Amino acid sequence: MKTLYLDNNATTRAAPEVVEEMLPYFTDLYGNPSSMHTFGGRVHRRIEEARERVAALIGAEADEIIFTSCGTESDNTALMSAVEAAPERRHVVTTKVEHPAVLNFCRNLGNRGYRVTLLPVDTLGRLEMDTLPGALDHDTAILSVMHANNETGVVFPVEEIGRLARLKGIVFHSDAVQAAGKIPIDVKRLPVDMLSFSGHKLHAPKGVGALYVRRGTRFHPYLIGGHQERGRRAGTENVPYIVGFGKACELAGKNLEQRMTAVSRLRDRLENELLARCPDAMVNGDRGNRLPNTTSISFRYVEGEAILLRLDEYGICASSGSACTSGSLQPSHVLRAMGVPYTAIHGSVRFSLSDYTTAEEIERVIRVVPPVIAELRELSPFGRETLNRRACGPGGEAG
Amino acid sequence: MWEYTDKVKELFLKPKNAGELENPDAVGEVGSIVCGDALRLSLKVDKKTDRITDARFQTFGCASAIASSSALTELVKGKTLDEAAKITNRDIADFLGGLPDEKMHCSVMGMEALEDAIRKYRGKPEPVGPSENIVCKCFDVSEEKIRKTALENHLTTVDEITHYTKAGGGCGQCRHDIEEILKDLWASGVPEPKPPEKRKLTNLRKIGLIQEVLEKEIRPRLQADGGDVELVDVDRNRVTVGFRGMCVDCPMGNTTIRGIEERLTEVIGEEIQVVAE
Repeated sequence: MKTLYLDNNATTRAAPEVVEEMLPYFTDLYGNPSSMHTFGGRVHRRIEEARERVAALIGAEADEIIFTSCGTESDNTALMSAVEAAPERRHVVTTKVEHPAVLNFCRNLGNRGYRVTLLPVDTLGRLEMDTLPGALDHDTAILSVMHANNETGVVFPVEEIGRLARLKGIVFHSDAVQAAGKIPIDVKRLPVDMLSFSGHKLHAPKGVGALYVRRGTRFHPYLIGGHQERGRRAGTENVPYIVGFGKACELAGKNLEQRMTAVSRLRDRLENELLARCPDAMVNGDRGNRLPNTTSISFRYVEGEAILLRLDEYGICASSGSACTSGSLQPSHVLRAMGVPYTAIHGSVRFSLSDYTTAEEIERVIRVVPPVIAELRELSPFGRETLNRRACGPGGEAG
Repeated sequence: MWEYTDKVKELFLKPKNAGELENPDAVGEVGSIVCGDALRLSLKVDKKTDRITDARFQTFGCASAIASSSALTELVKGKTLDEAAKITNRDIADFLGGLPDEKMHCSVMGMEALEDAIRKYRGKPEPVGPSENIVCKCFDVSEEKIRKTALENHLTTVDEITHYTKAGGGCGQCRHDIEEILKDLWASGVPEPKPPEKRKLTNLRKIGLIQEVLEKEIRPRLQADGGDVELVDVDRNRVTVGFRGMCVDCPMGNTTIRGIEERLTEVIGEEIQVVAE
């Protein structure tokens, strides 16, 4: 059975061009870029080329890019650096809907005596902007707000947020792991001090990430050791992956606007058809301001894991915010923060597309999903009175 | 991704006895949409013999919740109410060939729905009183349920309680309370785990166990010495195997046969005879 992959916010396929560029660095060009000999020096030059390509994707200068092992390391490094750089400040501000790489790091700080403010979102997953100014004070060491949410795709107004942080003289970090390569990012215009992104979300392989640190930002390294990355991230460079990341960023920057239009057209078709064909379905998140590849749809009265495993029988890969898929017993912290009713939260399914998604694939998903939902609803003790009603959109009860 | 057995997958993808009975004699309900799973069990009971003649389920929940519900209906059909009342969550899990630890609460949910149905059929009042001590507020789990589940399944850690009842799996604030309950419960020393109840294995399960022992224990040892063994046939308690590689014509063949026999007898709990083809 052919795999029909609509889980690109979880990870992506490494582009063939990317893999091709990586291969020589495993077997032939295996030198250590720190070495004095020409053999190592050649590799060093390729890392600097990759750095320029990665920087170009977000409009940064090459020396503002630090290579890391993943998005989580970038997030952790940014937060740790800001906290260490301002030891007298004992307060951090972030949002309720961050990725665990930020959220749990801040909770850890909380356990160590820091004050942690978690900014709320509204029912459409948009940041409650009027809560922001009051949350920042002279004690705040860092403000960390994601560029776009991984579950709903909702894009946050990071430019406005950054301006506010700058006005108050507070370091601003943005987790752009989901945004980079999907929407344009230009740090020349964006008042952000640090920005995290990751390779495997934009068709590089897993195991490489980057942290942008604006020139002039006080920085404390997280990994201590050798002088790699100009002393800002010790450890021998992951050469093949960094080279691959560079190629992936170059590809991600090409024709971005056209690619966004193409993928959003497919996403919208999928979303509209599923809403039309499945009663009691609703979209989670602000449809007017999202990543072009993401849709989170809640099918009321059925449970997400059951939906995913039924779809799995057709080779369709997606993800869910239900409790049974979250690794804990509680459903998605993002959807809960939005106040999505429990009848809908457990039945949420996220489809995330990529440039590789085809119209045929979308048509197949449109054919497969509605009967799967209908069959599971036949099994469910809930929502029977509405089964025959063809209604869409959010409804009444809260959980 | 969860590691589900083929039986779980089968009963999830093609559930048996799904739906509602018309004019059921008994209905048991447990769970809620907030908790993420809920089960409604309806039964037809023959009034003269007290025997369950039909059973149906409606389940909101994950794959293992649906499979556990379907398993429950299969287990109760044809049993008298007294027999059915003895069904435990362990029976449901066993019927499915096992459940992942974190999903054991699905089997507990099945048992509870059955208890609820039988209690209502017999016209007994709800055991839930205002004095009941709710320990886990996220999932509404009482101290009584924690004690009962711990005793029945021999659970000694908070994580196990969470896997079986969900208690402590939300905000986590009650984890300390659960620990205290467990301390109190097992204060007089943790008893040895009960030896698994002797029961007749189904043929399918027996063959499965024999295969497992051969694959996981016997073959790797023989292969390490350049030999091998294959399962040829199982006829009641007579197991035919075929030696391969260095084991063919090995003078120790008989010792190997006796070794396999001993181990299979131990695992199956019945006298097993092993012969070479």
